[in-house]
Amino acid sequence: MAVPNDRSRPVHLRWHHLALVFAGGTVGTALRELLAISVPPVAGVTVSIAAINIVGAFLLGLLLETLARRGPDEGRRRQLRLLLGTGVLGGFTTYSALATDTSLLLADSRLGTALLYALGTVLVGAAASWAGIGASGALHRRRPDHREAVAR
Amino acid sequence: MTPVLFVAVALAGGLGATLRLVVDGGVRARVRTALPVGTLLINVVGSLLLGLITGLALALWLPGAWHLVLGGGLLGGFTTFSTASYESVRLAQDRRSLSALFNGFGMLALSVGCSFFGLWLGLGG
Repeated sequence: MAVPNDRSRPVHLRWHHLALVFAGGTVGTALRELLAISVPPVAGVTVSIAAINIVGAFLLGLLLETLARRGPDEGRRRQLRLLLGTGVLGGFTTYSALATDTSLLLADSRLGTALLYALGTVLVGAAASWAGIGASGALHRRRPDHREAVAR
Repeated sequence: MTPVLFVAVALAGGLGATLRLVVDGGVRARVRTALPVGTLLINVVGSLLLGLITGLALALWLPGAWHLVLGGGLLGGFTTFSTASYESVRLAQDRRSLSALFNGFGMLALSVGCSFFGLWLGLGG
């Protein structure tokens, strides 16, 4: 029986892409667990998860914008996106913990804290993503690539 | 946490991230909308399941080690905040304000609602 050509499969079903995301997701989850164990909750709020999600949102904005500025999503750029973006940062940040920690605060009748934690993470997270995208643009302008330098 | 449990949590996170790639890719291939429904579906379903698992663990139906591996590991790696946040900002930058607001606050409300329901179910309803 012929082995099916891996390149004919959609991106999300190619074995080496699945392996990159698995490796990255394992590393990202390990980093999240290490931080979650090391930083105790403050007044019942898991500040470690909020910080992880906000820092991860900044780094993903920086990564995806930097990769997009360097060229189309293929070859090594696609491998880096899957390993570092979908894998490491996807596994590092988490939505289920944000939702469930908010639910636990609500179940504990701490409405104000629940709203502050949930809305605060989403709003500061969005600002962080935006800042990450912007930081990539600023870095790109400061260090023009070789072709642009020659053109000047 | 024992070293073996830590490694199990990390590997479960890798598996969760891989499942996310497969589910998101499958949704993208079937549904073509401006709103990234793959990430939305993943985060809402993952939140429901983490609520359920947390309720079961609080009710002592599920051992703490399984809560860590399935909750912090598998579902922690499956769901993602960074992609959701990035996609909301990209929608806003493309001037799709309603989609951006829904992707930010609608996803949050749906995920918290589903997680709360899961928690209630897990605690015995």
